[in-house]
Amino acid sequence: MKKNTFGNRLILSPYIVWSAIFIIVPLIIMVYFALTDVNGTFTLSNMADIGKYKKAFLISVIYAAIATVITLLLAYPMAYFMTKLKISSQRMLLLIVMLPMWMNFLIRTYSWISILANTGLINTFLGKLGIGPLKLINTPGAVILGMVYDFIPYMILPIYSVMSKLDNSLLEAAEDLGSNAFTKFRRVILPLSRPGIISGITMVFVPSVSTFYISQKLGGNKTMLVGDTIEYFFNLGPDYYNVASAISLVLMVLILICMFIMNRFSDDEDGGVII
Amino acid sequence: MYILFWFDVCLGDGKTVALNRLFKLYCFAYSRRCLLSQRGMLFMENENIVQLNNISVAFDGEQILNGLSLDIKNKEFITLLGPSGCGKTTTLRLIAGFLEPDCGDVIFEGKRINDVPAYKRQVNTIFQRYALFPHLNVYENIAFGLRIKKMPEKDIKEKVNEMLKLVNLVGLEKRNIATLSGGQQQRVAIARAIANRPKVLLLDEPLAALDLKLRKDMQKELKNIQQTLGITFIFVTHDQEEALTMSDRVVVMDGGKIQQVGTPQDIYNEPQNAFVADFIGESNIVDGKMLKDYCVEFSGQVFECLDKGFEVNEQVDVVVRPEDVDIVPVDKGMLRGVVTSVSFLGVHYEIIVDIGGFKWMIQTTDEHFVDDNVGLFIEPDAIHIMKKSEYSGLYGDYSSYSEEIDRLSDVDYIEEE
Repeated sequence: MKKNTFGNRLILSPYIVWSAIFIIVPLIIMVYFALTDVNGTFTLSNMADIGKYKKAFLISVIYAAIATVITLLLAYPMAYFMTKLKISSQRMLLLIVMLPMWMNFLIRTYSWISILANTGLINTFLGKLGIGPLKLINTPGAVILGMVYDFIPYMILPIYSVMSKLDNSLLEAAEDLGSNAFTKFRRVILPLSRPGIISGITMVFVPSVSTFYISQKLGGNKTMLVGDTIEYFFNLGPDYYNVASAISLVLMVLILICMFIMNRFSDDEDGGVII
Repeated sequence: MYILFWFDVCLGDGKTVALNRLFKLYCFAYSRRCLLSQRGMLFMENENIVQLNNISVAFDGEQILNGLSLDIKNKEFITLLGPSGCGKTTTLRLIAGFLEPDCGDVIFEGKRINDVPAYKRQVNTIFQRYALFPHLNVYENIAFGLRIKKMPEKDIKEKVNEMLKLVNLVGLEKRNIATLSGGQQQRVAIARAIANRPKVLLLDEPLAALDLKLRKDMQKELKNIQQTLGITFIFVTHDQEEALTMSDRVVVMDGGKIQQVGTPQDIYNEPQNAFVADFIGESNIVDGKMLKDYCVEFSGQVFECLDKGFEVNEQVDVVVRPEDVDIVPVDKGMLRGVVTSVSFLGVHYEIIVDIGGFKWMIQTTDEHFVDDNVGLFIEPDAIHIMKKSEYSGLYGDYSSYSEEIDRLSDVDYIEEE
């Protein structure tokens, strides 16, 4: 099928060089740091100490899971109804969905501070109505809101792209065979949009679980996620690189396991593997 | 009576009387049953299962169906035949429930069903591109409708197996849809639709994507299935040969209107207007004048014919099928002309003869050569007279022919409607 000709190799080579320098080598360095101590001698003590940070791991996974579920619940109906609109309206909505992605992610997160702060947009407005300032910023809710807000386009887009390719005659066939709107959704639309859901979940869950910026800005350093823990240790200086690398390594393995489970879900029937 | 006599001979007198009575009783009961079932059958067969009353449909200001009325009898194989955009698929979608008419009524078993949604109708559709569910295997595709009906698992299994047998797919239950050939997918689509025991099966160009050989086999199989199950089939096609071979009745459509309804023989032998004559088979359509009953003039000659009931000197369209014309020596011909083209088609030759500027097509098993001077002989029963219609004059002679044939025999051609 694929011929490994010289031409093919030539085309591939820039990417292979790139991934070697910027992906493979850093990974090796990370694994090296994780398995050595400050003096560079082999040790498993960093890995053994991981248990100390299990709270950060747990909170990260829970927050990311909640954010992913909320994102899915918002994005799925949105993607579904987008496909029902006129093509021109679909393009317009798609543009609106993607628009925030053109702005820097840090700036977007930062802007939520001015909305949620005690003297921010919402509380000023509520103050005018005589409702005392609510505690919005520096709460777990604000962190999850930030995750949902930042990553929702990554959920909408894959689901939308799968749904817009759904053959209308399949829906007619389902109706023809006696499905009402609900059965049609459950037996045809949902299973056929599963690849989009799976890749959406992956694309939202993975960055959510490893984020540190959102929790710092909107969580006020109260909620230490794994990402924050890693960043904290790296900031302490070279002496702490080993601990930080060990946590990173464990996080990576965790994410890999999550994705593996996810892929089990997607190919139990028809063998479609999507990441 | 013979049997009674035989009983008399065999048995003693006393027993005969009792037996005789019993037998008569049985005969009576049996004949009653026959009568009843026969009457039932007759009633069922004459009943109109689907009626379309004066239906109009427009999309974006374009009139797709225009005052269409059609009665479809129970258990018949009826075909909607027409070129692209004639409204045949729209008609099917109306019956399936994917579309509501702008005006007019869709009647099913005597009840108006305009606003009954598709999923509540007792009809099933075989879609043009099959529309099989790619996330389900063959078994689950066929079981789809049964599961929705909440049929017990055991009955589903039985039913699916029966369907698999009917469409010759035993052993492929577990196969993924994408791994099946076109013909096999077609069979799954049939099985999936008829597993629900619909009262009416709608078929939207189901054979258009198959190659010629397979199409011929499937035509026979579909006809068999229809006869075995006794379900009304409403079949949509643009292939006139398919329509003629399979149908009990053919509905020829064009421009959102029905042009003619009739048996395949009626449609072919007695076309109602130039459109039908041209669309069904090959035909030479020439302008003529009805001089009196049984006498028509065309191409400068007077011919005897079998048609009557026209006004004196009424302008008419005259149809002569290419296979009904005999080529004879010039001096014996009723018309004279020059052969301009000869093509060999295996069974026969197709010969174009120029008669006074009008090109006639003639199908004959005898070979003739270009530039031969020939005479044409036309029997009275080969001439069919039609009233003038909006289609008169639209279909010229055979001087520029024939894209239609190419298109109809093109396997990959799928109608865009």
